Amino acid sequence: MPTAPDPTAPSLQVSGLAYAYPDGHQALFGVDLTIARGERVALLGPNGAGKTTLVLHLNGILGGGAGTVEVAGLPVGKRHLAEIRRRVGIVFQDPDDQLFMPTVREDVAFGPATAGLRGAELEARVTRALERVGMAEFADRPPHHLSFGQRRRVAVATVLAMEPEILVLDEPSSNLDPASRRELADILRSLDVTVLMVTHDLPYALELCPRSVVLSGGVITADGTTRELLCDERLMREHRLELPYGFDPRSVPAPVAGG
Amino acid sequence: MGAAGGTGHASGGGAVHRLYRAGGSAVHALPPQCKIAAVFGFVLAVVATPREAVWAFGLYALLLAAVAAAARIPALFLLRRLLIEIPFVAFALLMPFVAEGERVRVLGLSLSESGLWGAWNILAKGTLGVAASVLLAASTELRALLLGLQRLRMPSLLVQIASFMIRYGDVIGDEMRRMRIARESRGFTARGVRHWGVLAKSAGALFIRSYERGERVHLAMLSRGYTGTMPVIDDVTATRAQWAYAAALPLTALAVCLTGWTL
Repeated sequence: MPTAPDPTAPSLQVSGLAYAYPDGHQALFGVDLTIARGERVALLGPNGAGKTTLVLHLNGILGGGAGTVEVAGLPVGKRHLAEIRRRVGIVFQDPDDQLFMPTVREDVAFGPATAGLRGAELEARVTRALERVGMAEFADRPPHHLSFGQRRRVAVATVLAMEPEILVLDEPSSNLDPASRRELADILRSLDVTVLMVTHDLPYALELCPRSVVLSGGVITADGTTRELLCDERLMREHRLELPYGFDPRSVPAPVAGG
Repeated sequence: MGAAGGTGHASGGGAVHRLYRAGGSAVHALPPQCKIAAVFGFVLAVVATPREAVWAFGLYALLLAAVAAAARIPALFLLRRLLIEIPFVAFALLMPFVAEGERVRVLGLSLSESGLWGAWNILAKGTLGVAASVLLAASTELRALLLGLQRLRMPSLLVQIASFMIRYGDVIGDEMRRMRIARESRGFTARGVRHWGVLAKSAGALFIRSYERGERVHLAMLSRGYTGTMPVIDDVTATRAQWAYAAALPLTALAVCLTGWTL
């Protein structure tokens, strides 16, 4: 590895990030966001708020606009792209997009093998990542023979295998049945890694993330504890965020930081 | 997108996986690159054999039968998979009627002699080639075949394309089935030429969806550090003994071929 992560720097520091797509549509208008090591933060916002655009900036897939992104002290840019992509693990929404290798084991091995790991070390890394999501016994299965919830967990493992500084999840609870949803929550809680979770699923955000930020119209419009944000009815209405019928954020215990 | 994923695999399976027949024979255990090279060498020897050496083709068939026996692949299994050859056989059967040259009379039909030899040539060599490939596919997992090709220095891009076909064949098949169910749920069934337009539009939509999926997959690959080459995760190595064992088939075939030329 070319550079070790700076232990004193925050996991993620985004400052003044602005971006317009080549067709002229501007998606981000100066985003500032700092996430400390070990935090779990939910990124909330209506459709079209620029959430995906922001996520694709975190590992340098998009770039070239104003502002900077730093991951554990390392600026995202052409020079350190390989190291940045190792540090930022993005779990995409559709596991069929994420799992592109013929077997689960090879898929989990893809990231570390690309980074140059081989042999027993690689094998150990793969096994550990699969164990962390409870999928070790499925290593030799092809991904399309797994249930949707299992595929989502393997997708998380493919990223954990790179031992990332920050785990970025795009709609982690989408399409999951309640049991798979709870299993994934248990797994995410058990990881000692910084998490940024992009979601519409407000109860899930409250369950997992002590802190939330609201991205709306290309800027961060609110930043605070998840419970406070969810209880702020005006804020919620302004940004088209709605709680499910009958759900009262005051009625459930708040998530514990670093749990 | 993918909402039905949890249940999709039950009916899938895809045609590609049915070629393989699991087993623990010595042929199954050979490294894939040895088997691919052996089959390739065998086919070359068969193709190079003069068509007049009819006995040589009998020997080749015996050789393949021996391989099938060693791999414990039943004859019926092999014969049923040979049916894929039928379109080519039909073409070969036409040749005696359309080819030029001296005519011979068989059962009251006037047939071209060179055409008859041509038909025999295609039939014999084609069947042997297909049989050898069926044996290879039946004794080697698809995934292993790709590893073998990679090992034999097949261009990495082609191997990547083939491995994506394996991975996404069922995904796209499921998508196609969902589109058909959606069509039929709205009362559409394809009857005759008038409905081809609808089917063509479905095919177009499927193509665009697959294309977009391709872009998303590429994004996911980039996010995990992909820079154009696939890392070697499983390296299949072959010992000298395994190469020698696999070489028995093409070398015997070569001997038969050479004898065919000298006799």
